[in-house]
Amino acid sequence: MTDAANGQVPASTDASDRPDPLDFLPPDEPVHLLDPDGTYHPDPDHPIDLDDAALRELYRLMMVTRKVDREAINLQRQGQLGVYASCMGQEAAQIGSAYALGPDDWIFPSYRELGAALVRQVDAAGFLHLYRGTWLSDHDPYKHNFGLMSIPIGTQALHATGFAMGARLDGNPIVAMTYYGDGGTSEGDPHEAMTFAGVTKAPVIFFVQNNQYAISVPLAKQTAAPTLAHKAIGYGMPGYRVDGNDVLASYAVTRRAIDRAREGVGPAFIEAMTYRMEAHTTSDDPSRYRTQEELEEAAKTDPIVRMRNFLTKRDLYDSALEDAIEEQTKQVASEVRAGIYDAPHGDPMELFDHVYLDATNHFEDQVAQLRSELSQGGEV
Amino acid sequence: MPAADSTDTVDTIEDPVSTEVRTTTYAKAVAAALRTAMHADERVFMAGEDIGIYGGAFGVTDGLLQEFGEERIRDTPISEDAIVGMAVGAAITGTRPIVEMQFSDFVVNAMDPLVNQAAKLYFMYGGNVEVPMVLRLPGGGGTGAAAQHSQSLEAWFAHVPGLKVVAPSTVQDAHDLLLAALVDPNPVVVVEHKLLYKQEGALTPRATPEDSPAVIGEAAVVREGTDLTVVGYSLNTHKALDAAEELAAEGIDVEVVDLRTLRPLDTETVIESVCRTGKLLVTHEAPTAVGVGAEVVAAVAGSRAFDHLLAPIVRVCGRENPMPYAPALEAATIPQTADLVAAMRALAAEDV
Repeated sequence: MTDAANGQVPASTDASDRPDPLDFLPPDEPVHLLDPDGTYHPDPDHPIDLDDAALRELYRLMMVTRKVDREAINLQRQGQLGVYASCMGQEAAQIGSAYALGPDDWIFPSYRELGAALVRQVDAAGFLHLYRGTWLSDHDPYKHNFGLMSIPIGTQALHATGFAMGARLDGNPIVAMTYYGDGGTSEGDPHEAMTFAGVTKAPVIFFVQNNQYAISVPLAKQTAAPTLAHKAIGYGMPGYRVDGNDVLASYAVTRRAIDRAREGVGPAFIEAMTYRMEAHTTSDDPSRYRTQEELEEAAKTDPIVRMRNFLTKRDLYDSALEDAIEEQTKQVASEVRAGIYDAPHGDPMELFDHVYLDATNHFEDQVAQLRSELSQGGEV
Repeated sequence: MPAADSTDTVDTIEDPVSTEVRTTTYAKAVAAALRTAMHADERVFMAGEDIGIYGGAFGVTDGLLQEFGEERIRDTPISEDAIVGMAVGAAITGTRPIVEMQFSDFVVNAMDPLVNQAAKLYFMYGGNVEVPMVLRLPGGGGTGAAAQHSQSLEAWFAHVPGLKVVAPSTVQDAHDLLLAALVDPNPVVVVEHKLLYKQEGALTPRATPEDSPAVIGEAAVVREGTDLTVVGYSLNTHKALDAAEELAAEGIDVEVVDLRTLRPLDTETVIESVCRTGKLLVTHEAPTAVGVGAEVVAAVAGSRAFDHLLAPIVRVCGRENPMPYAPALEAATIPQTADLVAAMRALAAEDV
């Protein structure tokens, strides 16, 4: 008997080509390798292929990130930055995941990815120039394979997908990873990006830091999904979940997704469970929507303390390392201050330089008008 | 549903039924209109990002959640497309949605429901479907919020048949035009300049939306003068008035027209003024080219006022670049009062 005789419409796609949703289901609990006291739980599905130097490097990167992050908040309070979006508490999620990328892979970040930027050796002061308005970006994306920070929510997911689709068409074995937050998962752009990525098997990783809040809106008001990772099934990709305050788990889970994508199997979605310890940005007042008690609970899951405990247990942490990192974070902070403090804002005559690639007569009039206003010494 | 005694517990909110004249801010005048509307009409509700416990990015909805509850002050997931699209659906079913875009720039994500749906359904369904929704857009620069949080996109909406666009400049108009927008059966976009929110002025609150005397599509001569006509709206009306005040000391008598509504545009008030003064300067913060000002200029050039023109028409509008973040560059992009003073002085001096 035909399907039609059974009341089934003819399908345009063979059922055997459809993936088994069970293959894409996230685990019941986020992947977790490190306890808060530093106890390590090996997991054969998520091996750690890092030597002692790399383990220490992960810790160092988290320490530098936290120091620069604090410095940025201070600089904003001193009027040196217009605004700043802190990543405090999210260092492990960012650094573990970014560290898993290969040197030729790309990152398409949101505005909160200081940690990921430092993994890609983006100059910290250059990164912060965006927040000063010295120019809107002061790092070369092509030098670091680190895209421009996307301020509108979730748009970078599409850029990463388009980039990954292009790489696949070129036969270039690179992977693109995009970062956004729990709030970003509600925007249309990431949905559409995941649809395209799934259909084209684009080598792109959607790394979502679930830091519990989209400004004031908690996760429960953002989604009714069992977890954010469950959403991945609908786009035909696996949804992974990881303890985002566990740098080793963040690394291992991302590494697994990257290897899979690089082999051409397809994209993946990772939900990293973490907590934004600071305000949404320096313009925000989080006391309006969360309690001090909640914050104190979250502080007990601090990713840096956890990794330090791990290193200590492994005899990889000693006063020499502590001193060296202390010295280095001070040095970086000093460089950040020097790079930001009173950095010039640019000449108003530069206004039209980067609007179009070629000169237009329209601008000639405006340039002349602006020059005239400036020469009169008046308020521009 | 609002509890009758709920206002007693919210001390940040003024009594909704009080129509006593008071001095308040633009933001509070908007809030007072929201409260008037929500008390008067159970069909009215709000949706937006962080408008609940947070009170909105600019504090406009502060306290409304406590007063009206989560059903009517709806904090939404982050999807402007869904918020506006939902409002279209809700409006069609007979409710009166008021949407707050957190920043007007975010409305670019919602252009399909706004432009392709809200603006066109009445037309496409032969008058059988109405979309009475209000979309509030905090826009404008000067706040140090850079290229993607500072735009003045009103010309986009004014260009779309089926949408109405209001841009109140005063505390009273912020209140009255919002209420008029709610009474209006069409989708209405309310352009609110972020720098106006803290501006203070006199407010006579209305007890019901229908009490609002504001008429969508009516401009106002906010300062009478004989030497030249300056047409502005929203924040730039204030800049024009400040500049006019400065020039008064030099003996230059400036008439200022506040458009108040950008679509439908009250061209007659402008034409009438230009017929008297013979000179026209148009100002807005949005970029000059293809802005609302171009429509004003075209209306005058194509009218009886043409024969009264004594000098070329001048536009003092935003420059043609994305809004920079750096304060000096941002200031150079936005027309400042000093720019208006200089341009108005030069226009007044044009030989007649």
